[in-house]
Amino acid sequence: MTAGVPLHFNALSKRFGDVAAVKDLTFTVEPGRVTGFLGPNGAGKTTTMRMLLGLVTPTAGTATFDGIAYRDLPSPMTTVGAALEAASFHPGRSAFNHLAVYARAAAIPLEAARVALERVGLAEYGSRRVGGYSLGMRQRLGLAFALLGDPGVLVLDEPVNGLDPEGIKWTRGFLRHMADEGRTVMVSSHLLSEVAQSVDEVVVITHGELAHTGPLSSLDMTETREVLVDGPDRGSLQNALTEAGYLVSELRSGLLVSGAEASDVGHVAFAAGVELSALSQKRSGLEDSFLALVGEGGSL
Amino acid sequence: MKNLSSALASEVAKLVSVRLWWVLALIMVGYVAVVAGGLATVFAGIETGKIPGGEAHGLPPGFPLTTTVYSFATSIGYVFPVLLGALAATAEFRYQTLTPTFLADPRRGRVLVAKSLTLTGFGAAYGVIALVGSMAAGGLAIALFGLDPAFLSDEVLTLIWRSIIVMALWAAIGVGLGVLVPSQVAAIVIVLAFTQFVEPLLRTAAGFIDWLEPYGKFLPGSASDALVGSSVFTIMGGSTAQLEWWQGGLVLLGYAVLATVGGFFTSWRRDVT
Ligand SMILES: Nc1ncnc2c1ncn2[C@@H]1O[C@H](COP(=O)(O)OP(=O)(O)OP(=O)(O)O)[C@@H](O)[C@H]1O
Ligand SMILES: [Mg+2]
Repeated sequence: MTAGVPLHFNALSKRFGDVAAVKDLTFTVEPGRVTGFLGPNGAGKTTTMRMLLGLVTPTAGTATFDGIAYRDLPSPMTTVGAALEAASFHPGRSAFNHLAVYARAAAIPLEAARVALERVGLAEYGSRRVGGYSLGMRQRLGLAFALLGDPGVLVLDEPVNGLDPEGIKWTRGFLRHMADEGRTVMVSSHLLSEVAQSVDEVVVITHGELAHTGPLSSLDMTETREVLVDGPDRGSLQNALTEAGYLVSELRSGLLVSGAEASDVGHVAFAAGVELSALSQKRSGLEDSFLALVGEGGSL
Repeated sequence: MKNLSSALASEVAKLVSVRLWWVLALIMVGYVAVVAGGLATVFAGIETGKIPGGEAHGLPPGFPLTTTVYSFATSIGYVFPVLLGALAATAEFRYQTLTPTFLADPRRGRVLVAKSLTLTGFGAAYGVIALVGSMAAGGLAIALFGLDPAFLSDEVLTLIWRSIIVMALWAAIGVGLGVLVPSQVAAIVIVLAFTQFVEPLLRTAAGFIDWLEPYGKFLPGSASDALVGSSVFTIMGGSTAQLEWWQGGLVLLGYAVLATVGGFFTSWRRDVT
């Protein structure tokens, strides 16, 4: 494995004709952390990553691996592993041969193709043609491609899209493991909830512009804490809570108590002698502040 | 140079890991063998008088039976290396494999050079395969009429190596066309329309229209025939002036280089989104 390096995005901009896809983006992605690159559909995530990888030429600005552009890296595949959202496979080629083709181009031993397939759980499907693969299997093959050179930097565009719950869980653990080894992990998503459990840092963009950057916790600005509570006698429960000064609204699944901690709500119920059947803390802060940042309905 | 050899190894792996190359080669060898065998039977039958009353339809003087028949390998087979080259190049766009290709090797010019050289090699192999078809079927028919298939005559040996070169150049032209016209469907339509219809028409027209005449010999098909030195089209086409064999080779090489360089600047260097 090569060491993780920081990714520097500096005043990066891209226009496609009339469309300003990315506007003056400046941020850094540090090694040893999982960085979520978030934004609604059309925000410019894929375009930004493709500029970093030398696939799209920026209109202005630079995106580098600690100062070195992708095309100038002495050994790109062993420095950076990338999986981009578009399924880029020849349907008539087997998964192993797909990896072998690019291992050859990058002068990586073919053994790496077998190892990569094993790591993503595709070992037994390696000789099957990719045309017959499911969406989730293609995602895994994309990840295997990224892992070919055992790189210190991983750039993944929507890697959990199309994966089953087990695949998502596995991917999260995998990304965490990679970052813990000191690699740089940049992973995009249009859903905060998809990555909230596994990222350390977030970079949020919308309409191609930087909206927020910092540790995940820095997103939780609104601090709206809510408690969902229910009991056999909902009426008494609601009275007790209202008397205790809480703002309560009734949902189908129970009572929603605003600005409360679960322990306080439990105490109120206990003091009033009301039986509870459910009590849970809702932390909608992250998702809410994410939505507030990117605006309702995204940028499309 | 080390990196060019990696790029070449990758391009070879791309070709041999999908079925296209041998499917096309099989169709080519079957097609060439049937035509060469069939027409060898007709011409040999006329020449030996076994087909009565055919004298008027035999080969004109100066067109030996053997090389004329064997040259079907290129005169009708050349479309196959063009297709192979064009399909190999356009597949990168169609299946979006330019993304992993340029990630594995961001030097795009080097990748294109490697692809062109690889396909040139495969084109040469197609030349060998097509010759096996035309010489096996044609030679057999000739021998069955008691004539000499002359496999090792100087004329035939010359035809063999020039045919191999011509097929190699056609494959390189195919790559150039493929990067110039990245749409796979459009590229196939252009290859078929041009080789089967437009060019034969232009060559025939050049034989009859004075002001077109000087340009006819620069058409890729004419240049190809000039290089091979023998083709049924030169018999049928009212035979306009031909280039020297090496000039024909240079003209074909020129088409390949022009198309490839043009494609590099128009499609190959573009953003991959
Ligand atoms: N090749 C292109 N030509 C023209 N416009 C483009 C091209 N590629 C992207 N765009 C535009 O650039 C903007 C950003 O697109 P991009 O694919 O980077 O967004 P994204 O954040 O990855 O979205 P998603 O979450 O849907 O993947 C969009 O408005 C898109 O229409
Ligand atoms: Mg995207």
